[in-house]
Amino acid sequence: MIRFNDVSKVYQIGGNEVRALDHATMHIAQGEFVSIIGPSGSGKSTLMNIIGCLDVADEGEYLLDGQEIEQYSEKDLARIRNHKIGFIFQNFNLIGKMTAEENVELPMIYQRIPKSERKDRVKEALTRVELWDRRHHKPTELSGGQQQRVAIARAIATKPSLFLADEPTGNLDSKTGAEIMDLFHELHEAGNTIVLITHDNEVAQQAPRSIRIRDGHVKEVDPCSFNL
Amino acid sequence: MFFQSLKMALASIASNKMRSFLTMLGIIIGVVSLVVLVSIANGATSSVTESISSMGTNLLTVTISDDKENPLKLAELSTFTDNDEISLISPVAQSNSTAKSGYNSESTTVHGVTNGYADIEGLELEAGRFVMTTDVDNHTNVAIVSQDLITDVLEINRADSAIGQTISLDGKPYLIVGVLAEDDSTTTGMSSASTYEAYIPYTSLMRLSDSVSEITSFVASATSEDTLDAAEASLTELMMARLDNDEDAFSIMNQSTIMETMENVTNTMALMLGGIAAISLLVGGIGIMNIMLVSVTERTREIGIRKAIGAGRGSIMLQFLIEALMVSLLGCAIGIFTSWVILLIIGAVSGDVGTYTLSQTVVVVAVAFSVAIGVIFGIYPANKAARKKPIDALRYTG
Repeated sequence: MIRFNDVSKVYQIGGNEVRALDHATMHIAQGEFVSIIGPSGSGKSTLMNIIGCLDVADEGEYLLDGQEIEQYSEKDLARIRNHKIGFIFQNFNLIGKMTAEENVELPMIYQRIPKSERKDRVKEALTRVELWDRRHHKPTELSGGQQQRVAIARAIATKPSLFLADEPTGNLDSKTGAEIMDLFHELHEAGNTIVLITHDNEVAQQAPRSIRIRDGHVKEVDPCSFNL
Repeated sequence: MFFQSLKMALASIASNKMRSFLTMLGIIIGVVSLVVLVSIANGATSSVTESISSMGTNLLTVTISDDKENPLKLAELSTFTDNDEISLISPVAQSNSTAKSGYNSESTTVHGVTNGYADIEGLELEAGRFVMTTDVDNHTNVAIVSQDLITDVLEINRADSAIGQTISLDGKPYLIVGVLAEDDSTTTGMSSASTYEAYIPYTSLMRLSDSVSEITSFVASATSEDTLDAAEASLTELMMARLDNDEDAFSIMNQSTIMETMENVTNTMALMLGGIAAISLLVGGIGIMNIMLVSVTERTREIGIRKAIGAGRGSIMLQFLIEALMVSLLGCAIGIFTSWVILLIIGAVSGDVGTYTLSQTVVVVAVAFSVAIGVIFGIYPANKAARKKPIDALRYTG
C-alpha cells in the first residue's frame, strides 16, 4: 500500500539546510490503521505532505498502490490525491461559503462522477457521519465536531484507498475527539487503510500500530510501551 | 466540468454582489459609451446621406473659375445635352433681392435657372408650373416662389390662389406662375426660420441683377445613377475643350463624391468615438483584473483546499477565468440593455424615432470586446490561482 524507501526531503530555510526527512523507510499494508507520532518539528508534516502527494520527496522512492509517485507531474498528482486519498485536516478545511452537502460533493465533481451518483454518495456519506439532517448548513453554522465529521464524510464519499488524517482531534474537546476516533475505528473495521498523524500519545495509542518520527528519522514502536 | 465551473463562478459572483456590480460598472460604462456613441454617429450618417440623396444622386455641379475671356453662353450650354449621358442641364446664379407687395417686403434669395433645374435638383411644386423654355427665350418676368414668401409678403395662405398674383423683385413686377412645395425638413426639423426663395428665368435674372452676366456655374444631371461617372467624364472633356485644356479653370462636383466624403467624415467620427469608448472598456477590464487578483489572494485557502482534494491546475484556471468572463459578459449585457434604453430616450427627445437605433455591428463588436477583455484580464489572475502550491495555500492565513 504505502512503501517508503530511503526517502529524504531537504528544505532551504534562510540559507540553512534543514533535513525534514532523513532516509525514512517504512511500509504500511492495505487495511492497516497506523498512527504516526512525533513532536512538532519532527518532520511529521513533511511526511504527511509526501504521503498525501501534496509534495514530492527529493531522494528515495515513495510507492502508493505500487505507483512511483516521484515520476508524476503536478496534474497527475492532483488526480491521485483526488482518487486515492481522503484528507482529514486539523482545521477541517471546509470551504466556508458552501453547505455541508456541497463540500462533500466537491471532490466528486473533480472526479467527474455523474450527478445522480454524486447525490447518492453524498447522502450515504453524510448519513454515515449522522449529519444528513444538517446538509444545508454552512461550516460556520456547525460545531467543530460536526465540521470534522463533514470533512470525514467528504473523504468517505470519494472512496479513497487511504484516509490520511492530520491531527484530526487537535482542535476538538476530548469528548468530540473521542467521537471522531470512533468513526475512524468504524472505517478501519470496514476495511479501510488509515494513517493518522498526531503528537498526542493518547490518540496515537488507539491505533493498532504506531510509527514514531523524530528529527526526520522513522522508527517503529509498540503502542503498548507508551508512557502514559 | 465546464458547467460546474460556470455554476461555481456564478455562485462566487452572487456571493459578493456589491463588489461584482462595482467591477461590472467599468464594463457597463465602457459598453454604453461604445454602443451609444457609435449608434448616434451611425444615425447621424444615415440621416445626412438621406438628405443628400434626396437632392438626386445623379447630380453634377460645375463651377467655372476662369472663363478665359470667353464666357460660356446659354446656347452653348444646351448643346451639352446632345451628349448621351447628360440628360438635363441648367445654369445657376443667385442674387439677393427685396421682394415686395403692398407694404410688406422681405429680403429674398433669387435663383436664375432654366427649365431643367427643377428635375435636376428634385424640386417639387405645390401649385402652378416651373420655368419653361419660352420664359428663358423671351426673358419673361415670371417667378416661382416659396410658401413663406406668399404667406408673409402677399398674405395669401393658399398656394393656388397665389398663381397669377404679382410680386415685385427689386422694384420689377414678376408674375407668380408656381409655388414651391414645403420642404419636409423645415416642417419636422429644428429650423423654424422662414425661407424666402424665388426662382426666375436665368435671362431675367441677368437683367435684374448687375452681378449676373455670364454663366459661372451650372448643374447637370446624368441620365441615370449608373451613367454618372460617364457623364462626369464627358462633361470634363467638353469643359477642357472649351477652356483651353486648363483643368484648374473649372471644377466638377459629383453628388456621389460629396456623399462619399460625407460618409468618410462620419465614419471617421464613429471610429474615433468608438476608439475613445474602447479605452474606457479597457479601463473596465483593468478593474476586473484588479478585483480578480484580490479575489485570488482572498481565496488562497479555498484554492488550497480545492487543490488538496484533487482539483487540477486546469479546473482552478477554468473556474477563475470563467468568473472573470462572466463579470465582463454580464456587464456587457447590462450595458447593451442600458444603451438600448438611452437610445430610445434620445429618439423620443429628438423626435426622430428610428434614426438612432442599436446598431447590430456595434453590439457584436461590444460583445466580442467584452469576451476578449474578460479573457485577457482574467488569464493572469486565473493563472496565478492555478499555480499556487497546495501546501503553501493551505497554510495561508490571510
